[in-house]
This record gives sequence, structure tokens and C-alpha cells, in this order.
Amino acid sequence: MAFIDYYKILEISKSASEKDIKKAYRKLARKYHPDLNPNNKESEKKFKEINEANEVLSNPENRKKYDEYGKDWQHADQFEKAKQQNQYQGNSGQRTYSGSSSEHDFSDFFESMFGGRNSGQRSSAGVKFRGQDFNAELKLNLIDVYTTHKRTLTVNGKNIRITIPAGIENGQVIKIKGHGSKGVNGGPNGDLFITFSIINNTKFKRDHEHLYTDASIDIYTAILGGDITVDTFDGKVKLQVKPETQNGTKVKLSGKGFPKYKKEGEYGNLYITYTIEMPKNLSIKEKELFQELKKLQ
Amino acid sequence: MDTDNYISIQQFCLHYNVPTSFLDTLSEYELVEIVNIEKTQCVAKNHISAIEKLIRLHFDLDINMEGLDVVNKLLKRVENLQTEIILLNNKLNLYEEE
Repeated sequence: MAFIDYYKILEISKSASEKDIKKAYRKLARKYHPDLNPNNKESEKKFKEINEANEVLSNPENRKKYDEYGKDWQHADQFEKAKQQNQYQGNSGQRTYSGSSSEHDFSDFFESMFGGRNSGQRSSAGVKFRGQDFNAELKLNLIDVYTTHKRTLTVNGKNIRITIPAGIENGQVIKIKGHGSKGVNGGPNGDLFITFSIINNTKFKRDHEHLYTDASIDIYTAILGGDITVDTFDGKVKLQVKPETQNGTKVKLSGKGFPKYKKEGEYGNLYITYTIEMPKNLSIKEKELFQELKKLQ
Repeated sequence: MDTDNYISIQQFCLHYNVPTSFLDTLSEYELVEIVNIEKTQCVAKNHISAIEKLIRLHFDLDINMEGLDVVNKLLKRVENLQTEIILLNNKLNLYEEE
């Protein structure tokens, strides 16, 4: 448990007045408030530090205790005695961010000195607030989201079984209601927001429900036509190549793409681009025949 | 009254310990949509988290109504841009070299 310099956190000197503390807190809170910095974990962390510093320094009694024993935090017994003797002096009239007001948001250092937030709780005077929302990231392979499936996640030690619909997008966020942090003063629980990170390690490129891939065909099949076998996402299919097919020709396989999100049984298309492979290491005979073809042109 | 989807302003303000005038002002600035259901002023339950955010910004950070209006618009813009970045990243993957 390390000593925390609350003055440094609020960027003020030890001789700062109550007004200076309030001003510094407001200034930093406006900069790092989680509502103004969505999905920014650094800001959230910083805001908690600022909140904690303000919690201590804006209360004259807590500040006095901190100034007296702060650096000497090892004397926990003394602090404990001081804590028991301490009676909360009341509200300074300032609210703090309630979305993150659980006791767990305070450092061990704070807990050891002041015994958690209850002694200094200011914003909770009968105000019920929804608990803080949790954000989590779930990494899945593209193949995993080809079919709807269930998965068990562990969030803050609790197992949650969720259904992952087929066709979910990379970066898409789904909300699991009520699985965020507990509400304050009987308020409703926050929600859990899961951001999906879809890793594509297949040969298919994906754009929403459509898939794209390349298929190589030899020059003879391209010129004369013929059958080839190509890979789709769920297996192989036989394709008929038309005679005189040009390099870069695109063909569409309807319904062979990716599942449409939350539209069971509906699929996008698979677009295949033909790449014609030029023959290499031609034999003399082959070269002669190409010469003859050239003469015919 | 559609209690499944709406909550009366009276009930909301009592719950969050804010004056009803606060919601009236938010409504004047078009930050909250107040609807009348059976002669009772209500807000949609799915707007509650957005209103909570406005309450926090106003009371925690002393941001006035004009400020809330600006912050709200900018946050929406940030949100839209973040969504657009995700979509563009996904599109970009189509053209990236393996």
C-alpha cells in the first residue's frame, strides 16, 4: 500500500485554501469526468483519484488527519483509533460523481485511513442512482460468429451466459441489462456493454453480410471454359467458368456470404474475383503452338 | 398510463432528488423529451440513462444549461465519429494487404 499524495493529484500546494481545493477539483473533474470521456479507462482512473483526493482534502477533519498521519500510513492502529473517534462532520454541499461511487473505487490507502466512503458520503443523501456501466471486450474469430451460439463470460467474478447472434460485426456493442455495477442507495444496476473484436484469419474479406475472395484459374480454363472448385465459408462448391473469361472477372454466389445479423436463415453473397494464372516454363512445343495462335490473330 | 415504457416526472424527480423545474428546463433546451400520458408528464424509460448523465454533468461539474446543450451535442458527435471509425476500419480491412 503506497502513500498517495492527494495534494499532488489535485495539483495544489499544502497551504491551499478550501476554495483552492474546490476550484482545483472542479477544474480536473471537468477534464476527466467519465461522462465527458466515454470509454476512456485512463480518464476514469484519473477521475477516481481526483474524487478520492477531494473526498479527503475538502473535509477539514479528514484533511487534518491526512496531513498528520498521511506519510506515516504504517501506523494503522493509530489511524484506526482516530477513525473510531472520528465523527463525520457533515456535508460540504458538493456532489461527487455518483456513477462510480462504490467504496471499491477508493484506494487501499484511503480505506485504511478513512474506512471507506461511508464516513464521507455526500452525494448519497437519499439520491438513488443507477450503478455504473461496465465495458468489456470480447475477442472472437470470424468463424465463431458464423453461427449463433451461447458463451459463458466471467465479469467481476460472476458468470454470465450470453447468446452471441450470428453475423455480429467487428466493433459492435451489445448491452446486457443489469449486469453492471450495483445501484447506489437502491437504484437499479448498471448495464454491461460488450464490444466485439472479430479477428478475421480466413481468406475471406468481410463487408457486413457479404464476403469477398479470389480464385485462381489457369489460362486454358479461362479461354475455353470449364469447371473449377472454390472454397466458400462453409465448404466447397463447383463453379462453371465461361469461355473467354477475363482476368479480374467477378462472380456472385448468392446466399453464400455471411449470416445477416439477427435475420435467421438469411445470408449475404460471396463475391469471387478470378485471377488468371499465366503458364510458366513452357515447353518448345507449347511455345510453337502459342506462336501459331499469335499468327492467327 | 404506459408504465412499462414511461415514468412520470414526479416519480423520476423524487427518485433522483432533483426539482421538477430541472427537467422542465432540460425540456426547454430540447435535451429531454417530455410527453403527456393521461394528463401526466412523463419521460421515456429508455431516456433515463441520458437524463442521469445530464444530472451528473449539471450537479457534479456545475455545467449550466447552455453548456449541457453544447456538451451533449459534442458527445453525440464523438459517438457518431467513433461508430464511423469502426465502420471505416472494417471497410479498410477489405483492401489491406495480407
